[in-house]
Amino acid sequence: METSEKLPKDIGAFHRQRVGIGSWFQSGDPWIWLTATAVGACIVAVLGLLGLIAFKGLAHFWPADVVTIDFEGDSGQFRIAGEVVQREFIGRDQYMEASPTATQVEGEQVERWMIKSGNRKINAPDFRWVYRHEIVQQRKDCDMIVFERAEWGNAYGTLVEIKEQGQSVSVDNLWGELQNRIERVSDLRDQARRIQKGAINRINYKLEKLRLEKRNRELKGIVNHTDLEIERERLNAEYVVEERRLRAITSQLDRDEIDLKIADGRISTVSLSDVIRAWRPNEMSLWKKLGHYFSSIWIFLSQESREANTEGGVFPALFGTVLMVLLMSVLVTPFGVVAALYLREYAKQGPFVQLIRIAVNNLAGVPSIVYGVFGLGFFVYLVGGSIDDLFFKAAQPAPTFGTPGLMWASLTLALLTVPVVIVSTEEGLTRIPSELREGSLALGATKAETMFKIILPMASPSILTGVILAIARAAGEVAPLMLVGVVKLAPTLPIDGNFPFLHLDQKFMHLGFHIYDLGFQSPNVDAARPLVFATAFLLVLIIIALNLTAITLRNRLEARYREAML
Amino acid sequence: MKNENDKSIDGSARVKLDSTLVRSTESVSPDQLPESETCLSVQNLSLYYGEKIALQDISMRIPRKRVTALIGPSGCGKTTLIRCFNRMNDLIDSVRIEGRIELNGLEIHDKEVDVSQLRRRVGMVFQRPNPFPKTIYENVAYGLRLSEKLPKSELDDRVEWGLKSAALWDEVQDRLSDSALGLSGGQQQRLVIARAVAVKPSVLLLDEPASALDPISTLKIEELIAQLKADYTIVIVTHNMQQAARVSDYTGFLYLGEMIEFDSTVTIFTNPQEQKTEDYVTGRYG
Repeated sequence: METSEKLPKDIGAFHRQRVGIGSWFQSGDPWIWLTATAVGACIVAVLGLLGLIAFKGLAHFWPADVVTIDFEGDSGQFRIAGEVVQREFIGRDQYMEASPTATQVEGEQVERWMIKSGNRKINAPDFRWVYRHEIVQQRKDCDMIVFERAEWGNAYGTLVEIKEQGQSVSVDNLWGELQNRIERVSDLRDQARRIQKGAINRINYKLEKLRLEKRNRELKGIVNHTDLEIERERLNAEYVVEERRLRAITSQLDRDEIDLKIADGRISTVSLSDVIRAWRPNEMSLWKKLGHYFSSIWIFLSQESREANTEGGVFPALFGTVLMVLLMSVLVTPFGVVAALYLREYAKQGPFVQLIRIAVNNLAGVPSIVYGVFGLGFFVYLVGGSIDDLFFKAAQPAPTFGTPGLMWASLTLALLTVPVVIVSTEEGLTRIPSELREGSLALGATKAETMFKIILPMASPSILTGVILAIARAAGEVAPLMLVGVVKLAPTLPIDGNFPFLHLDQKFMHLGFHIYDLGFQSPNVDAARPLVFATAFLLVLIIIALNLTAITLRNRLEARYREAML
Repeated sequence: MKNENDKSIDGSARVKLDSTLVRSTESVSPDQLPESETCLSVQNLSLYYGEKIALQDISMRIPRKRVTALIGPSGCGKTTLIRCFNRMNDLIDSVRIEGRIELNGLEIHDKEVDVSQLRRRVGMVFQRPNPFPKTIYENVAYGLRLSEKLPKSELDDRVEWGLKSAALWDEVQDRLSDSALGLSGGQQQRLVIARAVAVKPSVLLLDEPASALDPISTLKIEELIAQLKADYTIVIVTHNMQQAARVSDYTGFLYLGEMIEFDSTVTIFTNPQEQKTEDYVTGRYG
């Protein structure tokens, strides 16, 4: 009837009628673009950040060529040799201000290079800027050698002669001879290190134990320490032997010296005992450079730092970070899970429980330094102090646990991250279908049995999610750690061969604090700068690795329980 | 089938239920059975959710080793009543119960009663299949591990026995260590029955056990109920009146928390005493 007449017109209504910007907005396309742009911006930011620290950090280990540069400075002509570590342009005004007597230059900008010229004992400073337009001549000498030294940073120069106990050694292949002798010194250094870190450390530890034992007995009123005295005599005798061995080795270290001719023609004498590695970058092939590059990275990862952390590796900090995070996870997981179980399974739901839940959520927002202060006041001084009074009276007045240390740092971070674990565990518990609880209870299981056999396994992916978030937060935290246990330089690792092997009372090093220390506390900013990036990159990698492990584990568990959750 | 179809077109249509559906030959009213035949005895049971009354003064005697069906419109309290028998309502804080429920002459709300023990005696199967996210074997062994410390070989036997009782053994015997979640809905429901049967309860409570299943699985469950009747007292809640007629010996009709009529299934479906019962079974409302 009516409809059949209108039909052709109605079909027309399906066609798009509005054209132009209005219909574009109506279609929702701008919304898609907006959301996609936000995601894109995030990706660019993350990749940019990672890319920057990765590039700046990793480039540090590349054995760059040593360039010998003649340049016309303010007061005559100079020659320096070193690695070009940075090239940049500065504005003309800035240039004129920095060197008012300088020659007039064309153009708006001036290029300058930062040269790491080393030889800190002779040249000061060991980093210096050279203006591009002042350079008269530059070349790469094949026989230019870079020496990595235990002290005073790198040395650059050409080898003039090798001296053994002051006498010149005459050989055809000076470079080969040098490598042999460096290897010898390195072996000796290793031996000395082993004695120091092994036997002598152990004897010292035992002597300290004896002292405490004696003090303990005195406190108890026992006056007879003959057995202790005998033991002490024995240890002292042992110590003398070890020390003699050590001295014998160290005296051999100083046997060889080398004469270096540095860029400006002066001769510098370097003791080989200081030299860790030597290489000639200008004549290395790409493969050799790659080999050197990876060995440098390995040294960075596996060795202790030197020279106020500006040289050497970060192993103690790496070790401390991982150990602290693991300890924290071990502490925070059971605590958070148990708290969440009570809140969700046992507590009577009501306004009071809701209030507690809100309070727990808000704890996650408390600034971390506040936790640090709390950890210092409560854990270190109150708990630690009480532990000392009760169990470590002999060591007093020196504190054992009443001072910042590994355990207090882990506990403080566990406290900091426990809200995260509670919240995500609770979420997991609410997601478990009530049919499964009832099914278990209907079979005669008690609430506790249901909890352990059904609910906890099914909530495990959520618990792990909580732990992942906790790790991510704890591994990057620095501020509270500075108050409760992290130090710039810890002489020993918190795990060693002396019973009880894991020393919870010791202070430790941490990558996050290491970055701060390198960046802001370093006496040699230019030397430390690349290490800031390298350490930051390493910290990010560690967090990614820890997270990936936990995420893989969680995904496996999730796959097992997914269907039951539907 | 007939009554529901008729009702959906015209609510006032009045068609007698086909009494040939009723298979049970029991015709004696449960109240006239001897005391020894009674398994569960409910006396003046009232249940409140806070202030709201959900069950009102219910009295009934559920006979031993028979199938008793509870029917009634949604929200009438069928599920609430069946959950009283194994005290599942204890889980809800606001629930208050008056009156008595005796299992073989023992009051189940007594302070001396261990709820876990009670629930082992009174097994329950829920509306939606709820196998645990474990293997088929572990699902059946779950209840056994809780109550009895059986050696491995005996445990294996009991699991097999449970699965056979639930007519599932032939289908799963080769994949006992596979996840139970890989089974079909009907298999899952029979697995849940196997799980309940394995602990050897004396009563089985089935809360709409087939409402989430397809017709063939439903048929299998109904056949299973007929078999299990020989060893267990079965109480089944169902929406489906044909199902009640097919599987049960006795039927109770609940309406708005009250037990309107409880009698042999034959009587309820052919000669109900109450007008409301007749209206419901013939499809006037529900």
